[in-house]
Amino acid sequence: MSGNLLRRVRVAEVERVANRIKRFRLVDADNAPLSEFSGGSHISVVMHAGDRLLRNPYSLMGAPSDTSSYQISVLNVEDSRGGSKFMHENVSVGTELEIGQPLNLFPPAKLAKKHVLVAGGIGITPFMSMMNELDGLHSDFELHYGVRSLEDGAYCKYLQSRYGSRVNIYRQDQGQLIPLERILGDQRLGTHMYVCGPKPMIDWSLQTAKLLGWPDENVHSEQFSAPPPGKQFLVKLARSGREVIVRGHQSILEALEENGVDAPFLCRGGACGQCETQVVACDGFIEHNDHFLTEPERVSGKKIMICMSRIQTGSITLDL
Amino acid sequence: MTVSTIKSRPIYPGLSPDLNARRNIIVCDKAGAAAVAELFSRAGSAFAERATIILADSLSATETQTLSRDLAPAAVEIQPTLADGIARLRQLLETAPMGLRLYAAGSEPLIGLVVQAGLDFSIDHLSIRTEHRGSLKRRVQCVHCKTFIEDVTTNPVKCTGCGLTLLVRDHYSRRLAAFQGVCIDAEVPGEVPPTEALYL
Amino acid sequence: MGLTFRNETFRDDFTYTNSPSNIRRFPFPFVEDQYRYSVNIEPHTPGPKGSPFEYHFDVDEHYVSEMRDRAMVLAADPLRCQALPHMMTAQWDMLELLMTSLARDYPEHFTLHRDGSAWHWINRPLGIDQKFTFLDASTLPYQPMEFIGRQVQGDFSIQDQRDNQLWMDAGIITSQADWSLDFDVGMNFFEWHGPVPLAHEAGVFERALKFLLNLQIGKPVRRLNWTMTINPRLDTSPENYHKWASDRMTVTPENVGKKVHLRVEMQGLFRLPRSNAILFSIRGYLMSFEQIVTVPKWGRRLPRVLASLPPELVEYKSLGRYRDMALAYLAPYDDGAPTSPGGGPD
Repeated sequence: MSGNLLRRVRVAEVERVANRIKRFRLVDADNAPLSEFSGGSHISVVMHAGDRLLRNPYSLMGAPSDTSSYQISVLNVEDSRGGSKFMHENVSVGTELEIGQPLNLFPPAKLAKKHVLVAGGIGITPFMSMMNELDGLHSDFELHYGVRSLEDGAYCKYLQSRYGSRVNIYRQDQGQLIPLERILGDQRLGTHMYVCGPKPMIDWSLQTAKLLGWPDENVHSEQFSAPPPGKQFLVKLARSGREVIVRGHQSILEALEENGVDAPFLCRGGACGQCETQVVACDGFIEHNDHFLTEPERVSGKKIMICMSRIQTGSITLDL
Repeated sequence: MTVSTIKSRPIYPGLSPDLNARRNIIVCDKAGAAAVAELFSRAGSAFAERATIILADSLSATETQTLSRDLAPAAVEIQPTLADGIARLRQLLETAPMGLRLYAAGSEPLIGLVVQAGLDFSIDHLSIRTEHRGSLKRRVQCVHCKTFIEDVTTNPVKCTGCGLTLLVRDHYSRRLAAFQGVCIDAEVPGEVPPTEALYL
Repeated sequence: MGLTFRNETFRDDFTYTNSPSNIRRFPFPFVEDQYRYSVNIEPHTPGPKGSPFEYHFDVDEHYVSEMRDRAMVLAADPLRCQALPHMMTAQWDMLELLMTSLARDYPEHFTLHRDGSAWHWINRPLGIDQKFTFLDASTLPYQPMEFIGRQVQGDFSIQDQRDNQLWMDAGIITSQADWSLDFDVGMNFFEWHGPVPLAHEAGVFERALKFLLNLQIGKPVRRLNWTMTINPRLDTSPENYHKWASDRMTVTPENVGKKVHLRVEMQGLFRLPRSNAILFSIRGYLMSFEQIVTVPKWGRRLPRVLASLPPELVEYKSLGRYRDMALAYLAPYDDGAPTSPGGGPD
């Protein structure tokens, strides 16, 4: 049961919404209704970029109840593995793409009394649908959104006009920083915090919450990171006896797919656990880049999440 | 159905301090107070100064004096019964902000009722720090008539509501803060094993 | 398809039985002669025409009578249907899934008209004609889960997903195999399965949970589970345990074939799109041993499986009082011939 049910979609609209950020509106290729989704969900978009097969996760931004189209925002990352560059340069109105079904690894906590959303840059995207959902449920929430400048921050005007004083925008170009200590220091019992943005911002937010005595159970984060690059290495498949080379800018999963090997996966961000694979042997050092395995599991060296993790050099034998 | 090791049966890992919390609320009984005193000796007085202790138990004048001294410099509030203690806890939670850490030490009914109160205020049960001390007595709900039977020390036990003889199972509900009691002689009425004092 | 709904009872005089034509579609759960605990999850894809797997929600000849029994249980004990407050979105998800499935699969019995949020539901077998506003609970006579739950065979629970766990935060449970919704509501996946023996140690629940947390929209799965019940009683709840457990003492070598029923649960699991919750349908089927042995393959296999059960399971399923009688009754139907793989009849 590997992978995700794929659906063919057509790009119905492309809009530049900020510096290096484009919004894409996707409709079913046969104009069938799409499935509804829950706030915080993402989809994976399959891209055939030259000879490379890429599947990047993007948060769904529209109204969860809108079954006519899905909307995603893509930041053109300078150090791109090719996915966001492909979306920016090769995808236009009318282009057909394949997407997976919505998957939610960043849902609002349903038992929370209040939700504090903290976004940095493109990290605003999962909160778009989350706020839509919370607003519909008349749930108490506030957004704190850090941008480099108004030209770099997507949807600033839209958010302020739709949600009014619940939206707070902080402009780095004017020296404004999210006053997180003050924000978290004055919240009612039962509040949950959610943070999405660059890794240093996530780490800072989680640490700030901890130092203010927030229980771990009340803080949530999501980070879409591409599989970190490294050196080329060899994967041996114990069951089929095949050998596959993983190039420096590829994940194990991508290399397997390129060679027609069917391996399990779902989120491709090291979070969902679906691609957990048994390690039969390994003569290199495993770099675990996932958020799923426990520390004892990492130390044991018996498991690897092939969507994100790799070895520094040498070869690894997997139970595939 | 027999008593067995059941995953819903809570585990109490023992008290450990959250040194970052800006306020600590600690609910305990006489036996649990010893665990709190040990916690304070590990965590230091700055931690204890941020703590409010609800000591819910019937105490003699001497015990009150001794325990208040042992638990200083925390503010100690004495409540005569567990029910009074829980009512006071709910009152404090009503206005509490984030940054509060909740602790419970003592009998299982005490811990269970603290966790239940926490749930009502959206405090995740995993964020409540707990330590079991003293009596093994249990709070049991009769699955048939839904009566809660307090301070159960035997298995089986007679339901104070419907009079059925109940097997006390290890199956536990946090929402109800109770173990499950099920009629033990339903197949053959009157065929009841000897009563054992398992939960003294 | 020409379903004729039987008028029968699941209590007191127990007139429930399967029509001869209904016997072969029984989802016999044992796929081999040896008992083996497994998660046995498979995609809930359409099965053969006429089988209980043909549609996501199976309606059969017992429909009207089962719904009558459910109404009686709920009247006597309203706590058999409960939803925690944060489950309202999931309740609507469930109502939508059930109504759209039934109207699509059984158009002669059920019709759903939708005009935006103005919905019109017609259930002909139960004589229900209801106009309501989708997502507005005040326009229905019950909360959404209860409204539709009173009209679909099988029990339902809804699991909220949070913190990498599933939480049973809602359900309508009136024909359960001895577990209490009222006691279990609010528990997580490991806790509500707490009383099940052996499987925790085997890591079964950890693997199942990991699988379910990643269950996708539009890709439901199913599994079969089973127990045994004396008399065709639907309400085998812990709440009423003191009223039905003594049934086990009424089994004699003369009546064992009529009294002992294999009770099979077809469990379906569906990701609900708006709430990200998981709907768990527990569709029960009852058949007396007397009817089971009319299918030669089942008559051969059932005694073999019963003889191979581990003692913990015999105790958990409370079979001890009558297992030997059941084995003696079944023995003549096992001629020692090999059986074909899979549960279906030859």
